Amino acid sequence: MSATDVTGTGREQSEEAGKAVISVNSLGKRFGDVAAVNGVGFTVAAGEAFAFLGPNGAGKSTTISILCTLLHPTSGEARVAGFDVVRDALAVRRRIGLVFQDPTLDDYLTAEENLRFHAQLYRVQRAQIPRRLDEVLDMVELSDRRHSLVRTFSGGMKRRLEIARGLMHSPQVLFLDEPTVGLDPQTRSHIWSYINELRAREDITMFLTTHYMDEAENCERIAIIDHGEIVATGSPEALKEAVGQDRIELHVDDPAEAIDELREKFDIEAKLSEGLVAFHVAGAEEFAPRLLLELHTPTRSIRIARPTLDDVFMSYTGRTIRDAEASGAERMRSRPMVRARRAR
Amino acid sequence: MSATTVPIRGVQEPAGGLRDELAAIAVVWHRELLRFSRNRLRMVTSLVQPLLFLFILGSGLSSMLPSSGDVNFKTFMFPGIIAMTIFFTALSSALSIVWDREFGFMREMLVAPVHRGSIVLGKCAGGATVATLQGIVILALAGVVDVPYSGGLLVTLVAEMVLMAISLTALGLLLASRMQQVESFMAVMNFVMLPLFFLSGAIFPPKGLPGWLSLVTKFDPLTYAVDPVRRAVFAHVQASTAVKQALSAGVKWGHWTLPISVELSIIAAMGAVMLALAVQQFGRAE
Repeated sequence: MSATDVTGTGREQSEEAGKAVISVNSLGKRFGDVAAVNGVGFTVAAGEAFAFLGPNGAGKSTTISILCTLLHPTSGEARVAGFDVVRDALAVRRRIGLVFQDPTLDDYLTAEENLRFHAQLYRVQRAQIPRRLDEVLDMVELSDRRHSLVRTFSGGMKRRLEIARGLMHSPQVLFLDEPTVGLDPQTRSHIWSYINELRAREDITMFLTTHYMDEAENCERIAIIDHGEIVATGSPEALKEAVGQDRIELHVDDPAEAIDELREKFDIEAKLSEGLVAFHVAGAEEFAPRLLLELHTPTRSIRIARPTLDDVFMSYTGRTIRDAEASGAERMRSRPMVRARRAR
Repeated sequence: MSATTVPIRGVQEPAGGLRDELAAIAVVWHRELLRFSRNRLRMVTSLVQPLLFLFILGSGLSSMLPSSGDVNFKTFMFPGIIAMTIFFTALSSALSIVWDREFGFMREMLVAPVHRGSIVLGKCAGGATVATLQGIVILALAGVVDVPYSGGLLVTLVAEMVLMAISLTALGLLLASRMQQVESFMAVMNFVMLPLFFLSGAIFPPKGLPGWLSLVTKFDPLTYAVDPVRRAVFAHVQASTAVKQALSAGVKWGHWTLPISVELSIIAAMGAVMLALAVQQFGRAE
């Protein structure tokens, strides 16, 4: 495993694994010839919010499914809340809450009936159910809709109800698999305000997967995963600092010429990203005046940005998450498309 | 790693074991009833078909037949229609398991800290309850087709209906256990339902069939569900022995007429096997 642990905390944590609520050791899952997860290892401390950040198909959902005992790993081991996910699956299940990527509510029951079903299935004590119902519904602001059928809910409301349900039995760990995928930006930020509030109120460890950078920023620690392997772990700040370079984006009339010029004059490999010429350089603020002086290609605007998680991902994998997803999608496309593009 | 026994906050940890599983069965059963009670349309439509068979097909057939003495032909069909109601309702209740899988709710149950067998048992209890309730609605029409409302008869019939409902729901669950799509289950259901129904003697006495077909009826589990109901009904209907012999002769293996207790045991055994297979299939599924 060549994963970089930027903060170095990973090792300390595995030494005192007693505090780890999730500990994963060279975990692997193969589907036939394909290694969806390839020797992943990490620990999550109690009370921490931990994110798996990576493009679609990187192995995030497979890992979360193993941790939730829905899939058996083909190698390695994982412990959640002190129990092995294979040998003590029921003990693990009792202690975790899950919010899936796809809806798993019963549309023909009311919000409250869905929660009660869950509470009884997880054997929440009968006397505690009413109080807990009020708490979780209040947390996601659905108290006034508790007697409405779920099929009358919007996508965002359903997701909130799923979060409430995942908390119904007061789990130690809440797993969120792409909690805001398919929701509009406003709803996404709402969902996040609920998640942050629940973290403030409940003493809970969170493990989530996402391919949104801004979501990962909400977490204390991030593991960047690509092609089934963790390439870096650390806090968002530490990861960004470790990149050490700022990002410069140029809006120019002739991007191809600008890229050539950058290579010849500054020995910089720039890339075209969404119509802008982008590259990384240390001390961008001092570099920018020199650049504008020497670049012949007319420049319309220049933007200097501190490293983002996307840059972190890029520095470890050589591409952006969006590119990684686009190329993944491209591979699936049929040949004629590729040929058409080449012909142009 | 023993230090991670953080108590589950505000909630006592369940003891585990049998009580958890019974609670799971109960909650899955309860959900089936809730869903059924919400679906008025389903309640009505699943009764339309048996009523059509009984009153339209029954009237039509009885006008074609030479007079069967003092017994209304609909009286003959009535036990078959009860079996039909239970059979069709039981199978379509099993559909809910495919439905849950297709619409995601199955995952909510699969990740719960209970065995999958309990989910199947809960589904079976739910489907069987719904089927029995529908059967009771049909049973309420007994007077219309000259079947007396005698206490003993009603208790016997309801008990037979419960047994039938459990076994047939188990059959449906087994069929549904590996199905991913509602459409494919519908197709299989039609493929299974009508042949079993027609061969069961529900709407005509199977002895009118040619020899080989009459042999096939002996392999139709529904035969052993319809016959006890019919024999119970005919035991309470006023008719000559000859007519009773013609319409409710019982099922024969060779020259041996099966006692009702054997017929009921066959249904119970079939149900137990189906249920065991469904639990096993479902546990594997994924």
